[in-house]
Amino acid sequence: MSRTVRLVMFGVAAAVLAPLFGLAIAGAPPFGTASHPYRDLAVAAALRNATANVVSSINFDQRGLDTLVEETILLASVVGATIVLRASTGDVRRELAGDDRALAAVTLVSVAVLPGTLLIGLDVVVHGHLTPGGGFQGGVVLATGLHLLYLASRYETLERLRPLHWYRWSEGLSTAAFGGIGVGGLATGAGFLANVLPHGSFADLLSGGTVPLLNIAVGVAVAGGVVVLLAQFLDQALRIASERDGKG
Amino acid sequence: MNTILIGAALTLVALGGAAVAGTAEPGRQAVTLSLFGLALAVLFFVLQAPDVALSQIAVGTAVVPLMVMLAVRKIDRNPP
Repeated sequence: MSRTVRLVMFGVAAAVLAPLFGLAIAGAPPFGTASHPYRDLAVAAALRNATANVVSSINFDQRGLDTLVEETILLASVVGATIVLRASTGDVRRELAGDDRALAAVTLVSVAVLPGTLLIGLDVVVHGHLTPGGGFQGGVVLATGLHLLYLASRYETLERLRPLHWYRWSEGLSTAAFGGIGVGGLATGAGFLANVLPHGSFADLLSGGTVPLLNIAVGVAVAGGVVVLLAQFLDQALRIASERDGKG
Repeated sequence: MNTILIGAALTLVALGGAAVAGTAEPGRQAVTLSLFGLALAVLFFVLQAPDVALSQIAVGTAVVPLMVMLAVRKIDRNPP
């Protein structure tokens, strides 16, 4: 496509989009006012079910179905990345050179912060219904924290201490558990993903009904999913070489 | 005070976005992208959305730049 054609296409698209965008901005409520109809409804609903973190109440109680779909999107993207980035014909597994040992200072810092990072990840997952955070955020912290092992040592160490099939299974099973909790709501007659468990008292660790359970399911799924996703990229970058380019 | 904080965070985001767009080499872009993600997290926090800020830090400043860097490394080794 020549430069002129591209510019004409851009011009046509911009001419259509610009007025519509302007209209949408003009019709949007002003920035930073005190009137928030959705907030008033969502906060009241969160308080009714004794969920201190209103955002978690929206994600896992009021709009639980949306989160289930997001879970499925993550699962689908992990499966897709695994298929696209698998070793194909003509690829060989490289032996890693022994000289990729990390700097002593990097090893020290990584080993020192690894336990704390994993604890923070668990904390963010478990307290998702009480404080900012939740399964998604905590799961990503857990998954990325695990890769401190790679920084601390060598890729082989990470491979040995990270049995990938565990993470594949944990992702699939916990996504299924999310759906299972939803079906549990259906079984009581209250509806799919309805918050049917006892709500407990406000701001207790055991409160919010199904919200903490769903948070943990999402935390395990996201941690497993991100580990598997990053493993595909790490394998392609470090392990898999094409025969075409010889030494790789 | 709040308006000043929001204005400062928005300026930081604008500068960060320009820095990402202005970085030519994808490997270096991963680093500016990570800093841009951090600026976005500050903005979300100032706008009282700590949940979103946490997600932004985890995904935007850690996972995505890491994936970009690994992809760049792979492509550099096997030029198409």
